[in-house]
Amino acid sequence: MILSFFLQSVFSRPWVTDLLSHIVPEAQLGVAVEVTMSVLKATLIILIIQVGMLWGTWLERKFVGRIQDRLGPNRVGIFGLAQPLADMVKILTKEDTTPTAAHRWVYNLGALLIVPPAILGFAVVALDQGLIAADLSVGILYFIAIASTAVVPIFMAGWGSRNKYALLGAMRAVAQIVSYEIPQVLSVVGVLLLAGTLSMQGLAYAQGPLGPDAGAAGFPGVWFIFLQPIAFVIFVLATTAEIERTPFDVPEAESEIIAGYHTEYAGIKFGMFYLALYFATISSAAVAAVLFLGGWQPPLPTELVDWLAVRAGADAGELRATLGSLGWLWMSLKTLMMVLVFMWFRGTLPRLRADQLMAFSWKILVPISLLNLLAAGLVGKLVYTQTPIVVFGAFALTNVILLGVLFGLIDWWNRRDSAQQIRFEQPASGPSMSAGSAR
Amino acid sequence: MTDNWAFIAIFSMIAMTIPLLGFLMSWALRPKRPGAIKLSTYECGLETVGETWVQFKVQYYIFALIFVLFDVETVFLYPWAVAYNQLPLFALVEMFIFLTILGAGLVYAWRKGALEWV
Repeated sequence: MILSFFLQSVFSRPWVTDLLSHIVPEAQLGVAVEVTMSVLKATLIILIIQVGMLWGTWLERKFVGRIQDRLGPNRVGIFGLAQPLADMVKILTKEDTTPTAAHRWVYNLGALLIVPPAILGFAVVALDQGLIAADLSVGILYFIAIASTAVVPIFMAGWGSRNKYALLGAMRAVAQIVSYEIPQVLSVVGVLLLAGTLSMQGLAYAQGPLGPDAGAAGFPGVWFIFLQPIAFVIFVLATTAEIERTPFDVPEAESEIIAGYHTEYAGIKFGMFYLALYFATISSAAVAAVLFLGGWQPPLPTELVDWLAVRAGADAGELRATLGSLGWLWMSLKTLMMVLVFMWFRGTLPRLRADQLMAFSWKILVPISLLNLLAAGLVGKLVYTQTPIVVFGAFALTNVILLGVLFGLIDWWNRRDSAQQIRFEQPASGPSMSAGSAR
Repeated sequence: MTDNWAFIAIFSMIAMTIPLLGFLMSWALRPKRPGAIKLSTYECGLETVGETWVQFKVQYYIFALIFVLFDVETVFLYPWAVAYNQLPLFALVEMFIFLTILGAGLVYAWRKGALEWV
């Protein structure tokens, strides 16, 4: 509420119009106001995500530290809260080296262009009802398209460095990003079926009690994670791979290829890759929250709110209105939760091998997301006009059956593989070094 | 609708200034003492041997080809998914056939060994 009030008072059109009318002639006033508002909005978004990124690094180090039974940063400021500022000063004052062998143009452009794709995704993140920078009718498609252009600067960086490890890292990164884009896109389609829109605001409306066309798509207005749990898992895994976070950070596996495509970068140019990683983490978390966790919809179902209000002797309508007006808070909490899930992966899971990584996308995620899409399409059409409970049950059953099929297939596959491997290894004496790569 | 896209245009220009600002600040603050050894190609303490820009493993190219195929076909799913609720049953059946062809393509690539990382 405080935030909305602040935004509404600072970003009110009359105030800007009034100010500009003194400088700009009447004829161009409309355009000037639009441009100024856009610049103000863009600057505000960048300020917010900059703060989120800086303390995101602090949060990650603290959180992963706790997971690994360490303290994390605790020297600079209370709880190490000033650590990001110290890091920023350090990165700004580091000497910048460009290898003599590198292709100067491509090398520098790579570091420059890695940031905009990560920032531009925030344009379509719905923070609250009506609080979105640009509610494009193709919102989610725009986000995926913009995020995947990061492939180009990554390859520029790896190729331009003229370092073998950097080139290898870039090759791996490109192969990984394009491979995981397919399951990511397919899992999103499962949600679009239910929502019937591509707009981020529309996706949030379709998942809850609030909004002009709540539940208009015909399905009960619940979070899509309850109707499409498998799609949610696929989306989170594929997104983790898209932004190259552990356990999918093979492109920058330090034990194999130094630091991958940013091996040769130092100082602020290295900082740009770091910046882009955190921006992408936050924006992906926000999009996952909008797609599957209901965006700014309050986390309690209406019935529960009414029941609680009766128990507490409060006015149900008033309580509902209060919860509804806190949209930005719910959205921020959900985004934070998704960011913590990404960090939790990093704290607990070991890195995959390069061939396992590709196989996981093409042989497990793509088939299962195709099956999930087929099932969602079929079940959705069958139970379209039924009561919410039936819809809910049908989707739950479908997902359980799908999971059963998936695990059955993986089990069968593993058994067949290990049977083949035993046949392979019997003639050999002693432990085989190539057990993992036998197939 | 138009002003949404106008905002995206302005936003992308401002997004571009963020790294430029960073470069500028760093340029003003950092020390500049280059040296021949410092600017040599990094390779864990060894001298780098041979050319980097060589012909590369073909497997990457094959994955790129499969990707283009699948990506183009998934784009066709988006309009279908958005209109799903208004579509007759026939459109659903049609999309099932489409997905089956897509799946058959995946099985074909799999059997041909195009998905093996060798």
